Amino acid sequence: MANKIPRTPVREQEPSVRATNFEEVCYGYNESEARLEASRCLGCKNPRCVAACPVSLQIPRFIGLINEGDFAGAAAVIAEDSLLPSVCGRVCPQENQCEGSCILGVKSEPVAIGKLERFIGDWGHTTGSVNIKCAPFNGHKVAVVGSGPASLACAADLAKAGYRVKIFEALHKAGGVLEYGIPEFRLPKQGVVAHEIENLRRLGVEIETDVVVGRTVTIDSLMDEEGYQAVFIGSGAGLPRFMNIPGENLNGVVSANEFLTRANLMHAYDDSYDTPIYTGRRVAVVGGGNVAMDAVRTAKRLGAEAAIIYRRGEAELPARREEVHHAKEEGIEFNMLTNPVQVIGDDNGWVKGLRCIRMELGEPDASGRRSPVEVPGSEFDIECDVVIMALGTSPNPLIASTTDGLETNKRGCITTDDNGATSRPGIFAGGDTVTGAATVILAMGAGRKAAAAIDAYLQGISVSAK
Amino acid sequence: MFKIAKKKMLAENICLMDVEAPRVARSARPGQFVIVRVDERGERVPLTICDYDNDRGTVTIVTQVVGASSARICALEEGEFIANFAGPLGRPSEFVYENIEELKNKRIMFIAGGLGTAPVYPQVKWLSEQGVKADVIVGAKSKNLLIMQDEMRAVADNLYIATDDGSEGFHGLVTQLFEQLVAQGKSYDVVVAIGPMIMMKFVCLTTAKYGIKTIVSLNSLMVDGTGMCGACRVTVGGKTYFTCVEGPEFDGHQVDFDEAMRRQAQYRTIESRKAKAEQEALAGHKCKVGLH
Repeated sequence: MANKIPRTPVREQEPSVRATNFEEVCYGYNESEARLEASRCLGCKNPRCVAACPVSLQIPRFIGLINEGDFAGAAAVIAEDSLLPSVCGRVCPQENQCEGSCILGVKSEPVAIGKLERFIGDWGHTTGSVNIKCAPFNGHKVAVVGSGPASLACAADLAKAGYRVKIFEALHKAGGVLEYGIPEFRLPKQGVVAHEIENLRRLGVEIETDVVVGRTVTIDSLMDEEGYQAVFIGSGAGLPRFMNIPGENLNGVVSANEFLTRANLMHAYDDSYDTPIYTGRRVAVVGGGNVAMDAVRTAKRLGAEAAIIYRRGEAELPARREEVHHAKEEGIEFNMLTNPVQVIGDDNGWVKGLRCIRMELGEPDASGRRSPVEVPGSEFDIECDVVIMALGTSPNPLIASTTDGLETNKRGCITTDDNGATSRPGIFAGGDTVTGAATVILAMGAGRKAAAAIDAYLQGISVSAK
Repeated sequence: MFKIAKKKMLAENICLMDVEAPRVARSARPGQFVIVRVDERGERVPLTICDYDNDRGTVTIVTQVVGASSARICALEEGEFIANFAGPLGRPSEFVYENIEELKNKRIMFIAGGLGTAPVYPQVKWLSEQGVKADVIVGAKSKNLLIMQDEMRAVADNLYIATDDGSEGFHGLVTQLFEQLVAQGKSYDVVVAIGPMIMMKFVCLTTAKYGIKTIVSLNSLMVDGTGMCGACRVTVGGKTYFTCVEGPEFDGHQVDFDEAMRRQAQYRTIESRKAKAEQEALAGHKCKVGLH
């Protein structure tokens, strides 16, 4: 019986070693491990994993092909639905999606779908890529704003359907959060992200960096002057939140965005790059999401003692379990049910500590999680010289404020219908700029949906023009 | 890649460059800035826009050598390329949106300190093109650090020069010169001060005495320059703002300059250590304290 085989463990870098370097934590499967793990899949007729995948990857099909040793075939199946298997295999919250729905998970452990997807993605990079066919040019030009996961997925689908697609990226490098946000030790930039973006270029998608839409050009100038008949906005949720507590502007208090951008995009951990980064001796990271884990583990690797400060309990941590587990293995300290009330500074205006208050869990709030309540009189100080705020992000208002008639909601997110159409005809949006900070795969799903809607919209226009 | 169409040394360690960046040239307005990354290993350096020419598709920047990245920018020659050049960033100066006829009735004084002369120039030029007159004080430590005098003279109503050592113009600080002008009967409705933080702070203290509205342009630390990192946060009127997207110009009387100056110096020790190590490596010195 296939399902009697235990889940194939994945090799990882030794925690004590990896806590001092930026190389990837997880080594992934080799061929024999991948085939062994693939043999566990039951090949369900009605696969629950596919339904749970935001991009509806044909999971049993590609796993079946891995089992047969047909890696090229498996890669082709994945390529139908996703251009980023090496990324998603690494950063998707599989435990809540495909693997969380796997029938094997009921009595034992689910198939390691993410690790298998990653295996095929990486196999494609090392063996020269999968050939994806594009339809001939259909005469329509589409502009894509931003080059994160939503934009990459949208651009890929449109290019395959025969559109001429150009991506406009504000930063100097394409990839969005994959480049500036997720650290090298979780998602290698040269080895993985660059490859996946190269695949997109191979589909004929052009990328222009250093274009800040809303400043360098506007959505309207792209449409009216540069001839783009539709625009997809995938500009993400870039604005960091702060707590608005006293002392937050002291030297040594940074947003996780700043800290991670310095380390990832600007390579500040490498002395041969000019951008500086300051970690001090003891770093406190406020927050419990994946970004908080990325920041705290980066700080640790830069030589600091590093701790998480989170206002709810461990069960409520929004970060992926794997990330929390890895962080603990690496010696990260976790302070649960603790909330900062003030950053304490020294005479020179530098951080010297964080005044916190103990919390206890009360009634469940709107999100279904038990909301934390302060324990009166329980204030205490945590010594630290750097505080990193990882409290989530909100969309950058730049595009909405420079595009007439583009509606946003109270949180500043662009409002769309289920298919990504905004209040302005021809303008579509998806990913964090619509939902607020979420995951790579949800953004990709939104990008794909919008691509289909853009296709329908432009084909509708050309039909009515005839 | 962005080609350097023209390069001119303005003073020792200060260079002016016309960079081919047609998209930026087309959208730039007075008061805005660009982010420049010289090469693969360079920092993203915010530089104020000193001029722009839509017909030629060029943007003029002025760079002073302060660290490794700015040193490499200034080392580039005409015909060579800057890796990245993004902008225009930040909000244009407020007067761009004001009624021109009303502006013509205002007495405007620009106070530029050192490198701050560069971002003041496009503002005065823009106003002069609209028929709005403005006076300008340019201050520098010494005569050899005064930049763009001829250009400024061509667009300013009155140009006043102050040097700390008296080697040219008024002997003293820009604030002292300003007070002297006021004592002589000059009156101003608005002052725009751009220069080192410490100069802007003292200009604001001075103008506050006369109750003159004062705009400053802050040169805070930045990484991305698009609102993503928050390194540039500044307290204005007790509230936190991001200089890159909500500035760079603010009501100077509301700015917490002491905090702004402290925040600006955050990375100074790391940078000077890096620069020192680099110089020593160039001189063939091996670091024995284990920094490398």
